[in-house]
Amino acid sequence: MSAESGEFAVKAASPAAGAALAIDDLTHRYGELTAIEGLDLAAPAGGVLGLVGPSGCGKSTLLELVAGLREPSEGAIEVGGASGAGGRLAHCAFMPQRDMLLPWLSAVDNAALALRNRGARRGAARAEAGRLFERFGLAGFERARPAELSGGMRQRVAFLRTLVAGKPLLALDEPFASLDAITRAEMQAWLAAALTTDPRTVVLVSHDVEEALYLADRVAVLSARPARVVAELSAPAPRAPDRDAAVTDPAFVAARERAMVALHGGSR
Amino acid sequence: MKRWVLPMLVLAALVGAWQVAASTGALADLLGLEPFLVPSPAEIASALWENRSLLAENAWVTLREIFFGFLVGLAVGLAFGFLLRPFETLRLSFYPLIVGSQAIPIIVFAPILVVWFGYGIGPKLAVVALVCFFPIAVATADGLRAVDPEATKMMRSLDASRGQLLWRLEAPTALPFTFSGAKIGVTFAPIAAVFGEWVGADSGLGHLILQDNAQLETARVFAAAFLLSVIALALYGLIALAERRVVTWR
Repeated sequence: MSAESGEFAVKAASPAAGAALAIDDLTHRYGELTAIEGLDLAAPAGGVLGLVGPSGCGKSTLLELVAGLREPSEGAIEVGGASGAGGRLAHCAFMPQRDMLLPWLSAVDNAALALRNRGARRGAARAEAGRLFERFGLAGFERARPAELSGGMRQRVAFLRTLVAGKPLLALDEPFASLDAITRAEMQAWLAAALTTDPRTVVLVSHDVEEALYLADRVAVLSARPARVVAELSAPAPRAPDRDAAVTDPAFVAARERAMVALHGGSR
Repeated sequence: MKRWVLPMLVLAALVGAWQVAASTGALADLLGLEPFLVPSPAEIASALWENRSLLAENAWVTLREIFFGFLVGLAVGLAFGFLLRPFETLRLSFYPLIVGSQAIPIIVFAPILVVWFGYGIGPKLAVVALVCFFPIAVATADGLRAVDPEATKMMRSLDASRGQLLWRLEAPTALPFTFSGAKIGVTFAPIAAVFGEWVGADSGLGHLILQDNAQLETARVFAAAFLLSVIALALYGLIALAERRVVTWR
């Protein structure tokens, strides 16, 4: 890690280590509807856990439960030792599916939102978020309004906003679903590099098996509603620098096949 | 500038037709009236010019009533919009009352305002504010609720307090709505000011219209009405301009 990034790590002491995630016998209901039933999952500190499953299976609900935005009907979720929703909220940074950049703020002010919410002065917050802009290839776009940015850049700013929060666990909800295929592949490689530079525990929801297998250490395949874990796979080469080579490697293709079989078996 | 061309052409055509119909006496015949009761645009224009100092004096009075009444309405509308937002029960209990307040026939109610607030600018401000606050309150309350729930989750996850959620996310989201409400409110404000003056006033365009109506000074009635339109247009334009300066992200 460079001295520059070390400086950032001082401010947010724990994130580099990440926080362990443990989900135990989790059930969540919306009235009559059971979205998640008897689900167990775990991720070590600094690990990246991918979640794939058929549409509407409760992946996003699961992510919101992990992030402390909801309280589960039954079961326990623990993030870095915190089990209440408030504690999880303090340990997790949530990145919604659409970028949700605030159109009235510049890119750097969007990225600095968490710092501002915690009471940092505008100048200090901008300086701190601005350092990440340089580190992650967004230098020169600090003052651009979201409307002036491309889809890929907007997602990058949205990810930086999540990262700047300095929390040990990042909850990413289909971060690149809105992008075209080429940009999505570029963004996956970018995110892989960003997580190598600045490691965190990550829970990544995706509808794209390839994306999950490339970015995550382990991928859990969920069944159709109510969501249960039907298979857990280890990724062959998580966040390998050469994405194109990684995803065409026979071991990767085989893992993808296994995930697809589990996915289709689970949705039947 | 192109978007001005069509309305101007339509206006010119209407004024031209009116001029022909009025100056030939055709319009008066059609309405079965004496020609002097149906002024032509040219006569209105000359009434406007000849009475310019009288009209300007009274327009100034009415403009002040509209302006300050609108400010009061804006403050009350914003207060209602923001206060009703965080408290669902408060919103549900007050909303019908606010809607009901608009059914008050102001022209009937205004005499009571004179009893309460006296003969000065007070009752006019009250009437203008009563008319203006409603679209502003409703638009602001709706705007505050128009926030994307995903954005709320994002902000909560980034440690936003309830106050920061309101100030950093909900208020800017509501701002364009509030401007729309203000534009509607300011359009009705001149009518409200005229009602206020009709109940009891010694000056103002509404007062002048009432007097001139009684004296069959129809050209000056139209001239005063024209000035009221100009005031409404100018205030609308000012708010639209402010909106463009403030809401730069749309």
